[in-house]
Amino acid sequence: MTEKTFVYLNRKAPYGSVYALESLEVVLIGAAFEQNVKLIFIDDGVYQLTKGQKTDGIGMKNFSPTFSALGDYDVNQIYVDEQSLKDRGLTMDDLQALTYEDEDDDWAEKNSMHLVNREQIAELIGDADVLLNF
Amino acid sequence: MPLEVNGKSYETDEEGYLANLNDWSPEVAEALAKADDAELTENHWEVINFLREYYEEYQIAPAVRVLTKAIGKKLGKDKGNSKYLYELFPYGPAKQACKYAGLPKPTGCV
Repeated sequence: MTEKTFVYLNRKAPYGSVYALESLEVVLIGAAFEQNVKLIFIDDGVYQLTKGQKTDGIGMKNFSPTFSALGDYDVNQIYVDEQSLKDRGLTMDDLQALTYEDEDDDWAEKNSMHLVNREQIAELIGDADVLLNF
Repeated sequence: MPLEVNGKSYETDEEGYLANLNDWSPEVAEALAKADDAELTENHWEVINFLREYYEEYQIAPAVRVLTKAIGKKLGKDKGNSKYLYELFPYGPAKQACKYAGLPKPTGCV
């Protein structure tokens, strides 16, 4: 089976709709197929990765800790749109620092998060074999 | 079908998974295993406890591939393989161990 590049485009806030959670579940299930997986967070999607989420007041499960498991699933190419962060008064410091352990490098912990501009995002989308929009 | 443990009744789904995560206790785990005619040894408990810790941290039950790799890292190579885990949990390591650990059924297959 030839490897394809799957790009998941995450554009919506984590709660208030089911898109964010559904996207994460598809990513986790799809990881079993061992493809080249990239996640892009843009627009309100950047809120999905913010630290310190508390959902007690809205009666929904806080699924943000699950993003830290992505490294275990070999999903370690995560791209965040710089402009979307800026528009919302956020920086990378407001987001979870997602990492993975590199099996080929004695399990060294490495960074999964990449800050990118619109041009780079266009390129990532252009290079995708499969694009899933959430 | 509700599960009876020490005179208390616990709600389960049609496949025998606990309906409520907070109902879990080691005694409930033993009872869930007994309902499948399985007996929990120390080796089973290692995996069950690992799953509970994993869920506590990440809010998901790991896929079997992830479980196998993580067990190997934590408990040693001789335990981090599907043969060992299938011997302990013949109905599928993730599926069956998650059941006894009181976790929701994992998304995915085994």
